[in-house]
Amino acid sequence: MANQNTCQIAVTNRQQVFKVPKGELLLMAMEKVNQHAIRVGCRGGGCGLCKVKVLQGDYQTKRMSKAHISEEEAALGFALACRLTPLSDLELESDHFQLKKQQIQQAI
Amino acid sequence: MRKGVMRPGHVQIRVLDLDEAVKHYVELIGLIETGRDNQGRVYLKGWTEVDKYSVILREADEPGMDFMGFKCVDEATLDTLAADVRELGIEVKEIPAGDLPDCGRRMQFVAPTGHTFELYATKEQTGKWGISDVNPEAWPRGLKGMKATRFDHCLLYGDDLEGNLKLFETLGFGLAEQVLDPEGNKAALFLTASMKEHDIAFIKHEEKNKFHHASFYLDTWEDVLRAADLITMTNTSLDIGPTRHGLTHGQTIYFFDPSGNRSEVFCGGSYFYPDHKTITWKVEELGKAIFYHTRELNERFLTALT
Repeated sequence: MANQNTCQIAVTNRQQVFKVPKGELLLMAMEKVNQHAIRVGCRGGGCGLCKVKVLQGDYQTKRMSKAHISEEEAALGFALACRLTPLSDLELESDHFQLKKQQIQQAI
Repeated sequence: MRKGVMRPGHVQIRVLDLDEAVKHYVELIGLIETGRDNQGRVYLKGWTEVDKYSVILREADEPGMDFMGFKCVDEATLDTLAADVRELGIEVKEIPAGDLPDCGRRMQFVAPTGHTFELYATKEQTGKWGISDVNPEAWPRGLKGMKATRFDHCLLYGDDLEGNLKLFETLGFGLAEQVLDPEGNKAALFLTASMKEHDIAFIKHEEKNKFHHASFYLDTWEDVLRAADLITMTNTSLDIGPTRHGLTHGQTIYFFDPSGNRSEVFCGGSYFYPDHKTITWKVEELGKAIFYHTRELNERFLTALT
């Protein structure tokens, strides 16, 4: 760990590494240090643009839209970066947002 | 041709945390809380609106829009319009009076884009908030935050815009503005049942039933600037603005509620009479159509949806 007050975030798919203050929500902390390794959307756990998969490290999350993070996915390490607070250094993949085109077609 | 739909009457928005949402819509946007029901839903209105409520907040696992309702001139119109919608092959469900508190029966249907709409004609009228309807003062004291005057419209994203155009023309809406691609396909529809440039708008998108924003009206550009100041003072998630739209020429700022649903406050904008020719924007100029000053699309505006 770099030091007690920061967490190092390694975004493997973008080959980017940056540090954020401990205890802050990851996405907004990333914006404050002018990094762009994760897409920024609503910042409220709703739109899913900042969906990541945590490969290593500890974190906690606030409530996120079930449309983007199911319980199964949460158990596999998927989370929305705007709802995620790192508790240690993290290694993660960004760019996991996908359109839900398979939604049930309405009868037209 | 007008067929008795008057105005956007209400929108039910799903939120992840009710208390945080109430703070956003009441303390920041400045809506008035007018009730709660036994399901825990919260009812809100802008201070100039005469009906008891126009925004309903419901706590859920997934943010977005449950439905949007339009108020019609009378009960007979509901039956006429329901019959017209059924003629299009769209199923219409009649929901009895009282299902929403203080609201009459509602005719509900799912549009070709997957969004749920409803028509109703009766809702308790409590009058404008804080002022009398006899010798009224200019505005009430005690308004909060941005002091939004009314729920104005929604912008929704969905796939079958041609189907929705047919549906809304059947309901008597006019097409005030549109975006066309080089092949002449509709990429956006700005539809109105009134003199406003839009009461409901749609943008083409691969998914069905997506919510882009609910919009609230302010009186002046100075109010939009003040709204921007409040967004910063409250550390609220900003999308873009203050700026001007090409489409409708309204002056606007976009931001997000704590569950990621986008809110807009805006002022100004063009007007529409039924004899007006539809204004067309070409998709090649979509940047200017949406953000008139930067003339650049902000990717988030097109992709951050609930």
